[in-house]
Amino acid sequence: MSYIELSNVSKSYDKQRSVLNGIDVSIEKGEFFVLVGPSGSGKSTLLRLIAGLEEITGGELHMNGKVINHLPPKDRHLSMVFQNYALYPHLTVEQNILFGLNAKKVDKKEQKQRLHKTAEMMGLTELLKRKPRQLSGGQRQRVALARSVVSEAPLCLMDEPLSNLDAKLRAHMRMEIRQLQKKLGLTMVYVTHDQVEAMTMGDRIMVLNDGKVQQVGKPIELYNKPANLFVASFIGSPKMNMGRAVIKGQQLVIEESLFIPVKAADVIDIPKNKRLIAGIRAEHLFKGTSEEKTHVLDVINVEQLGNETMVTFEVGGEFWTAKWLGQQIVHTGDRVPVQLSVEHMSFFDADTGKLIKAASSLKQKEGVAI
Amino acid sequence: MTMPFYKKVVLYLLLSVSAFFIFAPAIMALLMSFMPGEQILTGTIIPKSFTLEHYRQAFERFPLLSYLTNSLLVSLLIMAGQLLLSSLAAYAFVFLEFKGRDALFFLFIATMMIPFEASIIPNFQTIRDLNFLNTYTGLSLPFFAMAFGTFLLRQNFKQIPKELKEASEIAGMGDLKFYLTVVLPVAKTSLVTLGVYGFLSAWNMYLWPLLATTDDSVRTVQIGLKQLQSQEQLNEWGVIMAGGIIVVLPTLILLFLGQKKLQKGLTEGALK
Repeated sequence: MSYIELSNVSKSYDKQRSVLNGIDVSIEKGEFFVLVGPSGSGKSTLLRLIAGLEEITGGELHMNGKVINHLPPKDRHLSMVFQNYALYPHLTVEQNILFGLNAKKVDKKEQKQRLHKTAEMMGLTELLKRKPRQLSGGQRQRVALARSVVSEAPLCLMDEPLSNLDAKLRAHMRMEIRQLQKKLGLTMVYVTHDQVEAMTMGDRIMVLNDGKVQQVGKPIELYNKPANLFVASFIGSPKMNMGRAVIKGQQLVIEESLFIPVKAADVIDIPKNKRLIAGIRAEHLFKGTSEEKTHVLDVINVEQLGNETMVTFEVGGEFWTAKWLGQQIVHTGDRVPVQLSVEHMSFFDADTGKLIKAASSLKQKEGVAI
Repeated sequence: MTMPFYKKVVLYLLLSVSAFFIFAPAIMALLMSFMPGEQILTGTIIPKSFTLEHYRQAFERFPLLSYLTNSLLVSLLIMAGQLLLSSLAAYAFVFLEFKGRDALFFLFIATMMIPFEASIIPNFQTIRDLNFLNTYTGLSLPFFAMAFGTFLLRQNFKQIPKELKEASEIAGMGDLKFYLTVVLPVAKTSLVTLGVYGFLSAWNMYLWPLLATTDDSVRTVQIGLKQLQSQEQLNEWGVIMAGGIIVVLPTLILLFLGQKKLQKGLTEGALK
């Protein structure tokens, strides 16, 4: 049995507005589990259900094999880091860190020991006597983390803890939290709306939208085999290029403007004459040369990032972005040769949005850095 | 803000003039309290000679000190009771969730529209039947429940992020402990404001102490002042003014002390 198990958990307010629907997931001990989704998807609500800050209206929540639907938060042996850090403004850093231990009546001597250990680990030793308002955003974040660490709870819940930090600090804290989790062997449930954070930090990711689970899996799995259109467009930056497609005879027609020849073997699993959505990752839209090319496309926009170049094309009514290594000399308005092939494409059912066939090229290339 | 010099002069002139007019009665009272009686009766404004006679008489003729002590005790009692009940009620209205909470709160607020004078008869009967007439309890009890205080503190408590409450819940801290160790210290400024307000209005209370007491031993200073006025055939204005000044002093001191604390509290700034 897993550490935390949710079976058919749902949450609604006033018995009408349903926020979460039939959530089934299990979280293993020592796992870094990320809940990701756009705002309003119910990810924070799910976290609060696990914390016990909100009542579950349907289904069961198990922890260590026991149903804990009605267990108060303090008996769930967990710690939580809030988006706004929830530091007590009238207490010093030291008092803030020890706040929970005081409430749990931990022995003073032990408190001191744990405080020094944690403060040293988090680099807060110099700041112990300060009030939260005298700290920078990053330092406050660290205090909030320290408060969570010092409790020595085996489960740590985090609700968008990095969203108030600037980009540079965020990248740094991402690494620090990940290291901390590994070092202490914590089970972490981490909520974010940022798919980059989810991809880089999570052992496993759960994508939520509209209160429903879209997909649960390892980051690479989600990237390579998105279960539906939502996951395909949500995971990955830039997002997967997509277009309406249909197979006509020996040709795949995308957005009624791109014609790609297909072999029967390539499309054996794909029903003919069905409305499809074809998707291709930006890094699979290869640059062509005047000799080697499958198509020529109009350039709408070019973004030079130094180490790579993002080129946006117009394909029918859609904008497709290609990611090319190095500094490419391309200008807006150019017509540029590209190489497109069916083996890099994923196909989705246009009506249900479900994945029909993932890009076949990945099967051979798995494990190779892309 | 920068403004031209002439504008500043005009502004300060206007402020000084209006301040003078607002303060004029108090200044006159102060001057009269130091004037010999005959000068007062001839309508002098600037005293020609200076005397402390009125102050001596005010203390001598009436149990002014005992009145002052009574007032202080009653005001402190009312202040403490108001702070305690208002903060507890406000806590419930903000941090506890129960059905009909907001409806109850509006009902609570609605009682602010009923003037105290309208409920003074039932209050009097209650206090009389409880045998609290002529006691400090009787003087202070009707003022403990205070809709305004609850409202003020509720608005203030609402600014405390609910994550603080949730963090304490996870840490295993009960409502009472959260109230004592987090809510009260964080809302210190508002508590001081409410305390000063409650103290001042209790100190200046006249009608209720008049009704609820028949005995000089528990009467408050405001009633004492009134007694100063009607004791003699001819009002001794000097003594009355001296008494007035003495009565005003504690409130002024409190205001100055409170002001400093308030300013400090306001500039401390909140943490988002």
